Amino acid sequence: MAGDGDHGGSAFNIHPMDQFRVEPLFGTGEVHWYTITNATLWMFLTVAAITLLMVVGTRGRALIPSRAQSAAEVVYGFVHKMVEDVAGREGAKYFPYIMTLFLFILFSNVLALLPTSFSTTSHIAVTGVLAVAVFVTVTAIGFIKHGPSFLKLFWVSSAPTVALRIILAVIEVISYFVRPVSHSIRLAGNLMAGHAVLKVFAGFAGALGLFSIIPILAIAGMYGLEVLVACIQAYVFAILTCVYLNDALHPGH
Amino acid sequence: MEGNIAEMGQFIGAGLACIGMGGAGIGVGHVAGNFLSGALRNPSAAGDQTATLFIGIAFAEALGIFSFLVALLLMFAV
Repeated sequence: MAGDGDHGGSAFNIHPMDQFRVEPLFGTGEVHWYTITNATLWMFLTVAAITLLMVVGTRGRALIPSRAQSAAEVVYGFVHKMVEDVAGREGAKYFPYIMTLFLFILFSNVLALLPTSFSTTSHIAVTGVLAVAVFVTVTAIGFIKHGPSFLKLFWVSSAPTVALRIILAVIEVISYFVRPVSHSIRLAGNLMAGHAVLKVFAGFAGALGLFSIIPILAIAGMYGLEVLVACIQAYVFAILTCVYLNDALHPGH
Repeated sequence: MEGNIAEMGQFIGAGLACIGMGGAGIGVGHVAGNFLSGALRNPSAAGDQTATLFIGIAFAEALGIFSFLVALLLMFAV
């Protein structure tokens, strides 16, 4: 999509969207579904990093934890508390799923901040799959747990008149089906915008010569903000999954 | 000056769609500001509500992201 236009003939041909290109890792050619691309590589590295922290890091099971083990314990405790607080005690059953989502998104967001790396979560194809999986899972849980009475989620029985309830039902249905869209685009959009901004400022730094110290300082500040965004977006994705799960487990208003 | 009217409309429309992100900025600022003013009145209750704060920010932000999406679609997909 991006980066295929001409670059306006300027001296510096850094296109801010070029970094999001999916390219085959070995050689050049068309990208098929089985082609190993840079996206595949960085998703694999994400999984490898999670495995390193959660499996190898906690192997000792020491009473006095090592640094890696205490980091793993902090993440585990944090997500577990979040699931219990938001989705309730029954929601704790689905904790492994939310932990997996949180860790995958957090690690791929943070790995994407390494220079010359590829940000997998800035692609709607990746986040869309995650969000649709959450949507399907949550809807299935709702119908399995409550049967047809799950549809009461759309019927706001506390509204005073029937006419108002009908209007609210329409709004609730729309907002329910918009969920996977906003869920996926929030993550992809935040990541993509942040990385594109970094590249735009890098282009300024190339063009300014001696004064390039100003955009470089700006990049340093923005980079700190991007670290914050990487963590917050993983947290937001996980906590919204908990909210949707809570709706499925306890429908009705 | 090369180009055609449709392309011009595409760029103008993408720019107009970005105005919606300002609305999301107002919304997020409203959520965070009200959280802060509430938290300063009762700091002991603030810690438990940070999850609610982030959910509120996420919902407010979603609408801005829709306008961002419209801008992106106009730029790259139409």
